Order: sequence, then structure tokens, then C-alpha cells
Amino acid sequence: MSNVHPYVGRATPRVDGPLKVSGLATYAAEFFAEDMLYAAAVPATIAKGRIKRIDLSAAKGAPGVVEILTHENRPEIPEDDAPYLNDMVAVPGSPFRPLRNDKVLYSGQAIALVIADSHENARHAASLVTAEFEVETPTVDVADARSTAYEPPVPRDGIPPPPPPRGDAEATFKGSEIRLKHDYRVAPEHHNPMELQATTVVWEGGGALTIHNKTQGVINPKNYICSVFSLDPEKVRVVSPFVGGAFGMALRPHYDLFLAVLAAIKLERSVRLVLTRGQMWTMGWRPDTLQTVALSADADGKLTSVSHHAIQATSQFEDYQEPIVNWSGLIYDCPNVSLKYELAKLDVSTPSDMRAPGATTGVYALEAAMDELAYELKMDPLELRLKNYAEKDGNDDKPFSSKELRAAYEQGAKRFGWSERSPEPRSMKEGKELVGYGVATGCWEAMMQPHSARAALSADGRLEVACGTADIGTGTYTILAQIGADAFGLPIEEVTAKVGDTSLPMAPVEGGSWAAASAGNAVQLACAALKEELLKAARGLDDSPLANADVAHVTFADGKIALTSDPEKSVSYADALKAAGSERLEAKGDFAPDGEFAEKYASYTHSAVFAEVRVDEELGVVRVERIVSAVAAGKILNLATARSQILGGVVMGVGMALHEESVWDKSLGRIMNANLGEYHVPAHADIHDIDVIFVDEEDKANPMGVKGLGEIGIVGAAAAVANAVFHATGKRIRELPITIDKLL
Amino acid sequence: MMNFSYTRATSVGEAIQAVVQDPQARFIAGGTNLVDLMKYNVERPGRLVDITRLPLDRIEETPGGGLKIGALVPNSDLAYDERIERDYPLLSSAILAGASAQLRNAATTGGNLLQRTRCYYFYDVGTPCNKREPGSGCPARTGVNRIHAILGASDACIATHPSDMCVALAALGATVHVEGPDGERTIPFSDFHRLPGSEPEKDNTLSRGEIVTAVELPKPRFGKNHTYLKLRDRLSYAFALVSVAAAIELDGDVIGEARLALGGVAHKPWRDEAAEASLKGKLPSSSAFEEAGDIVLRNAKGHGHNDFKIELARRAIARALGQAAAGTPQVQANKSIN
Repeated sequence: MSNVHPYVGRATPRVDGPLKVSGLATYAAEFFAEDMLYAAAVPATIAKGRIKRIDLSAAKGAPGVVEILTHENRPEIPEDDAPYLNDMVAVPGSPFRPLRNDKVLYSGQAIALVIADSHENARHAASLVTAEFEVETPTVDVADARSTAYEPPVPRDGIPPPPPPRGDAEATFKGSEIRLKHDYRVAPEHHNPMELQATTVVWEGGGALTIHNKTQGVINPKNYICSVFSLDPEKVRVVSPFVGGAFGMALRPHYDLFLAVLAAIKLERSVRLVLTRGQMWTMGWRPDTLQTVALSADADGKLTSVSHHAIQATSQFEDYQEPIVNWSGLIYDCPNVSLKYELAKLDVSTPSDMRAPGATTGVYALEAAMDELAYELKMDPLELRLKNYAEKDGNDDKPFSSKELRAAYEQGAKRFGWSERSPEPRSMKEGKELVGYGVATGCWEAMMQPHSARAALSADGRLEVACGTADIGTGTYTILAQIGADAFGLPIEEVTAKVGDTSLPMAPVEGGSWAAASAGNAVQLACAALKEELLKAARGLDDSPLANADVAHVTFADGKIALTSDPEKSVSYADALKAAGSERLEAKGDFAPDGEFAEKYASYTHSAVFAEVRVDEELGVVRVERIVSAVAAGKILNLATARSQILGGVVMGVGMALHEESVWDKSLGRIMNANLGEYHVPAHADIHDIDVIFVDEEDKANPMGVKGLGEIGIVGAAAAVANAVFHATGKRIRELPITIDKLL
Repeated sequence: MMNFSYTRATSVGEAIQAVVQDPQARFIAGGTNLVDLMKYNVERPGRLVDITRLPLDRIEETPGGGLKIGALVPNSDLAYDERIERDYPLLSSAILAGASAQLRNAATTGGNLLQRTRCYYFYDVGTPCNKREPGSGCPARTGVNRIHAILGASDACIATHPSDMCVALAALGATVHVEGPDGERTIPFSDFHRLPGSEPEKDNTLSRGEIVTAVELPKPRFGKNHTYLKLRDRLSYAFALVSVAAAIELDGDVIGEARLALGGVAHKPWRDEAAEASLKGKLPSSSAFEEAGDIVLRNAKGHGHNDFKIELARRAIARALGQAAAGTPQVQANKSIN
């Protein structure tokens, strides 16, 4: 043991907290450069058609305007799709590129870029640009495109299509006495992190660019920009140390990046482009999806068939895909399963991954249907879930690497007081309010990606751990510092963690909940390699007390390497560094998921979510009184940041259940509530007690046993709330969000 | 947002002159709505005349036993003023039902009256809107109109007035003091805001250059039996789908006097004196409350998405009158309805 009080596993405060609360953390729109120009993007006011004419006369005469770029005067850009597909998160299709031509593909599409000497002048001049359009009638509602639905011809990289059917779900369903089939719909949502999408391009001269871009992985904007603008990768560096929330929206390169770099190259100047809050509705979103779930069971509640069909919105130009229906083949044990996933094209921007993409949507429908089945069977909804507990992943016919969902159900139910629930809907009341209890299961795949990391010890005794991943507010800085501190027995104050820079060891985008497991293990490996290096140096000293020791026989703590069996025999880190003849000793760690293990086992995180709601039936007002989320997600590295992740996910789930909805005007094709006043996310008054439980779970998919937590908090949360609303009122609302009008 | 120039007025007269002389000029006080609208390019003033330093920030007692509230008194100060809390709790509650603590700190009494609608189309310069651009059309009538008017709308406009405070002021029968190029005048609260008719661009009856100087409350009444019931899409920081200010004065067992005004349903705070009169002399009862609701909503009309607001308003009126009669108002601190 290298440290008697390891940080890993403990609630350790965020190492970047003081920077954030004091305003010293620098976000993409906060980097400055000398003589920087400021850009503003002009949005199209139509959703489909062609630009007939853009009138720039007023804008050109406005103060401070340096340049206005449109499709008519922009510099050459590649016409082929290939350069734009240099995006780790690209989806099949033809990637969007602004100012490409006169076509308008969705409302809010950037049709001009105004560049001026100040942010204010750029925005002012942008407001003076007018355009005439040839308008075509847009389709923006997936229900209106239902008849055009198709199975995606090319699957998205990393997103498995639904597994082939097993058994015969249709025949079983038809022959069943106990069965139900219902349609469910989740409203389209936009991520809306606090930080706006932004890019600051610093023109370094000599063709070199430093780019500060709001991104979930610096390598992605770098690859994309180098590919699109034929830049030398040696001369492009992307630095994005802090991200003010993203939830998946900053995985792909957005048009702010493209336009800011285009302008910087054209003008050979530094340029900053910050999108407006309204423009946050002109990029990725959680797609509107029509779902049908059919379940049948025997009289004891054993599932006999599961069918799940989804039609999900995408843009006209890309087949965005997420795994919506697959969950219905693996959360419960069932011999007859039929899953179908289709897309329908709309005149909208391409949807994107948004916290637990696919699962949030699909598991909601499955878990609502399971709840309906429980009432049909007059069975406790929790008991129904236990009755159908899956001991293996039915889709891939593999055992789970670990699955402590049963413990999550038990501990969650106990903490919540599930046993106090009276079974009948409308049977619990307090004052004027009906009380309802709801439960749902959550599930997310425990993924990993190859990551490299570096660990370096310097003569001043400080350790630096570094990886090119991102910390989007999740706590990555902190867990990497914790791992480093434990490896060398250092106080965490003496460890610096670095992320978000393409000069650091390579990591892919941060998403899918894979960063903690992947970057964490990479840092662990780098630290192990550095220990070897340091010990090797210490052994090389004249008369070294550690002459014959190997790393298994020594302890790294208190600034020295000591023989574990005889701690008097030690070499200080400083002396070891001196022996190495270096001020700084560094080592690299390369982590890659164990392919063989993944062949044998399926790895998932699970949760059991319990919700209590109060409903004023007469007025349709729902209050979420409390939520318990019991999570099985392997080793928890930091109880504080892990809890925050789950809290955030649950709050987002409450928003999905009760509040969030981007509303399009169907004739204009515009989103009408594209602001935080009218796009409702939960306010403080909407959120009461949220209790998070992490159940013990040992997993062997990676050396640290980490599974990741970014997504699991939201999965199942909306279903638990919606199920509680049914229990309270006897009304099954199958279209989220459950607003007042739906309950009247 | 467009570029603008800025002047700070040192007297009411100077402020009026500055706006009269420059057709592009607008008064600015808290700016909680105007600055927002400027960012959306809905308002494009060439000049802002800052009136925040004018001596209009006091709450004074009137000879008639009421209170005269200076136009620049912040919403928070007004809501927590001990005279308001004690004697006009309905007003305090309505203010605290609106916006957020930060907005209420910045927003002023006069500015609250002059808030513009939150109609989605009014806010989006990429769409037509008769209020923003007279004659351009009203897509809300057949478009997304969940938050729109069910009472007093016109073919030209179905927008609503967003204020909570004004609903209480309408119920309490306040008076608005204004000063303009032609001198001072007072406007009864119910005549201050107007219905859209064929001129939806006009929210109120102020003339160019007129400035709200104060809002006067009559002698206190309804200190015991009142409520401000606000129903919305989340429990805080959202505009009302329907809100009801209800106040009752009991005369023994029966209702001696009732006040009833609604927010979120019309182009102005919707006070219905016929409904109030129907309650007079009656025992507080569900049937009396429902009858009052029927009177309020006798000409209500939905436009599709907002059809539900008619039924919601009916239920909210009955609940609010019940709360008022029982003396159990909605609690704004935790938003519990009662």
C-alpha cells in the first residue's frame, strides 16, 4: 500500500474548484489575443429553401466592420464530404458546412459571418444583414414524416444496430392473454449547458494557430480543422482546459469552429466567435422519437415477449443514430424479443448525443410499459422487475462483467420506503394532493477507449499527471489528481492534473461515460511506469539502500521510496531524480480496453430510481417530493463528484419528465422557445430531496474496476417520475413532458 | 443588439424632454425587459435615457390613508416593505410569485407595468408579428399559442401581459401617476393597459414622452382574505399560464366585497367587476365561486394549444376564491398551492 489514506474512493473536493469559483478558470470565449477580431453569425429565418439575395449594405457601413463572409464571397472550401468526416463523432451522411451554398437546410443556419473590431459592433452589424429567400414548406415534426421512415442503411460507427429478433415476439404477443401495446413520445430537447458554444482562434503567425474551442475532446477540432483547411497538424494546437457543461453537445465540431477558423485564415488575424443563446438551438439536440412498446407476460409476471419500435428524427443530410431500442433486449430476461429502429428526415439540424443518448429515450418507454404491465398484473412494479431480472445480456448472449442491480433495487427500496406504497393508483393522499410512488430501472453501457497519459515528477516534489481528455465539469481533473496522489503517496495539493490540450498525450473525445475508466487507468499506468523509472534511478545510486529492490517490495510515500519490509532503507524522490540526472522524470501510460474480456463479457452500469410525486389533481400541478437513485457502477473514484454526476442526471431526468421541450412552429419550421425563459429546465423550486446510493460492485473489465457515471443518473429518472404520476392520479401520460394541460 | 447612446437624466422634466426630442430614445430603469428585447433586436433604441437617478424611489403615505409607490422602487423593496407586507399582502405575494430574486432586485415598479409580452413570435424577429411590426401578421393564432390569450384577444394579436404584480394592482384598484410633456395626470389601473384591438403595438395608454412616476394604492383592505395563485410550467421562474388575484372582505358570514383579477389570460391584467359583483352578499361556497368563474370566462376563446387555459382558469378561480375565503393563500416561499 502506497498511502494509508488513499484519495481514490473518498469524497475529495474538486481540485479545480477554487479556479472556477474565483473566475480564474478560462473558457473558450475568455482567451484573448492582441488585435483580435470578433465575429457574429447571421441566422437564416427560414427552415427550407434557397437564399435569393443577401443585403449587406447596411451592415458594411456599420462601425467597426472589417469583413462579412457569405456563400458568395467566402474563401474556397473543400466540396467533397471526406475532409469534413475527419470527426470522431461523425455520423453517416454529408456533414453540414456553413456558407457552402445558397441552400437553407434548417432554421437558424448561419448564412453570413460578420467580423468587426468588437463583439458589440459585430453583433450590431449582424442585426443589419437582411436576406430574401425562396421558401419551401418545411417538415419539422417526426409524426408528419412517419410514412417516410427507413432503417438506416449505414450504421453509425460505434452504435450497434438493434440485434436480430430472438424467438417470435409477434406470435407470442398475439397468443397472450396478458399483454399491452402503447405509443410513447419524448419531446425534443436541447442540451443548453451554461457555457455558450464558442471558439477563439489565435493567429500565431507563420501559419500557426492556437484554437480555444468549447469541445469535449481537443483532438477532434484539431483533426477536423487540419483536414478541412489543409493545415499542418504540427502548427495547430487546440487548448480547451475548461468546459462549462456540454452533455454531449460539444462532441462534434460545430459551425463556430469552422467559421472562426475560416475568418482567421482569410484575414490572417485572431478571431473570436461566441454563439448566442438562441443559436444553441441551431445544432445538436435530443431527437424527437415516436416509440411503440408491446409486452406480454404470463400470469406470474414472467415476460413472454418484448417488442420495441422507434422512429427517430434526423436531418435531411445526415443519419444521426443512437441506441434507443436495444435496451429492451437486455434489461430483462425474455425469450421473444423484436426490436426495430428507424429514422425519419426533417428540415432540422442534425441531432446529437445528449446525456445517455438513446437510453434516456428508449428506457423511458420500456420502463413506462413495464409499469403499465405491473398494474395490469396487479403486481408490485418492483417485484415485476425482479421477476424478470436478467442474469445475462440477452442481446449478445454474454454474462455481465458485474451486475449489482439487485442490490440497487434492495437498497434503493429500503432507503425510499417503497414498502409503504399502497398498491392502488389514487390511494395515497396528503392534504389536497395525491401522492404517487414510482420506480424505474436505468442502464448504460460501461465503455472504454484507448487513452494515453503522462506522469512526471519534478525536483520540487510535485507530480503532474496529464491526458488529452476533457473535464466538462464532471470532475476529471480531480480523479486524475487523486490517482496520481495515491500512486506516489502525495498530498493532492502537490499534484497537478492537466487535460484539454492537444500537446498532451492523446485521448479521444470525452463522452459515453468512458473518461473516468479510460483516462483514470491510463494515468494509473503512467504512474506505475514512472515509479519503475524512479526506482531504477534510486537503485543506481552508489550504495543504494534499494539496490536489489523491485517495485513490489517498495512503498512510495512521504516523498521517498522505502523498502516495505524495512522502511529505514529509503531514497528520497529528490535523490532519485538527482541520480537520474534530471529535474523532471516522466513516463507514459497507454491504456486500451481488454478486447478479449469484452468478447466474453457484457459491461453495463445499472440503477434503480425511486420517485415520490405530489399532484394537485384539480390544477394539474406536479411536485417531485423526493428521488432515490441507487447506482451500481463499479468502483467509485470520488464520492463527491460521483454524487454530483448522479444529482445532475436526476435533475435532467426530472426536466425530461415535467419540463423540457423545444417547440417548433410547424409552418415556419422555427423553434419558438429558443431561450432559457421559455425552454423550461427545472428551477430550484422543482427539485427537493435527491438521495444517491452507490452499491458495492466489483468489476474486472479494467484494472481499476471503474465503469463511469456521466450518463446513468438520467436513465430511468423520467420514467420513475412519470410512473409516480400514474400511481398518484391513475392517469397514464405517454408523452413527455407531463405539463399541466395533460393532467387536467 | 444594436449600438446606442446613453444619457442619464437628472430630473423628470429633463428625461421627458430627452425622449420627446429624439424619436429613437427610450427610458431605461431596471432594464430587465428592455435590455433583453434589445439583445433580441426586438427593441432598437438609438438612445437610452437612464432614469434610475430620479427621485422616484420612495414609498409615501397618502392623505387618504393609502400608499404612493415611487416608480423606481425596486420590486424586492416593495414586496418586503413592512407596510406592503402588513396592509397589502396580496401585492407582496404577487410580486414574489414573479421572476427571480435577482430580477426583482433590479426591476422597478414603473418598469413592471411596462413589461412587454412574452409571445414567442413577438420575441423572434425572424417571424411576422403585428405587435412588433404592425400589419405583418400574427402567426401565433395558428401556430404555437400555448401561452396566449383566452380573453379580449383580437384577430391582430393574441398576446398576453406577463406581469404578476399588475394583476394584484388591478385587483386592488390602484392608480397610476404619470407625467409628460403636457403635465401630470392619473390613470385608473384598469385603464392603463389596453386590449390589442387593431393596434396591438400599443400595450398601454401612455403617450410619447410620458413617464410613470408613481403607483398609488387606496386605503388598505383585504389584509386577511386574499391569495395570489399562480400556475405555470415549473414551480418558479416561469410566466403564468393562468394566475388569479382574489381578495374578499367578509361581512359577517357573507361576502361584502370581492376582487378578482387574472394574469396570463389577456393583453392586460383581467379584472372582472361583474364576477366580483356576483359574489357580493353570498356565502363563500363552491357554487358561488364557480359562478364567478363562469362569468369571467363567458367569452373565453382558445386558439388550439391554449384551449386548456379556459378550464384551468375556471378551476384556478374557484380555488383562489376558496383560498381567499379560508385565509390560506398560496405560499410563494415554497410555491405550495394550498
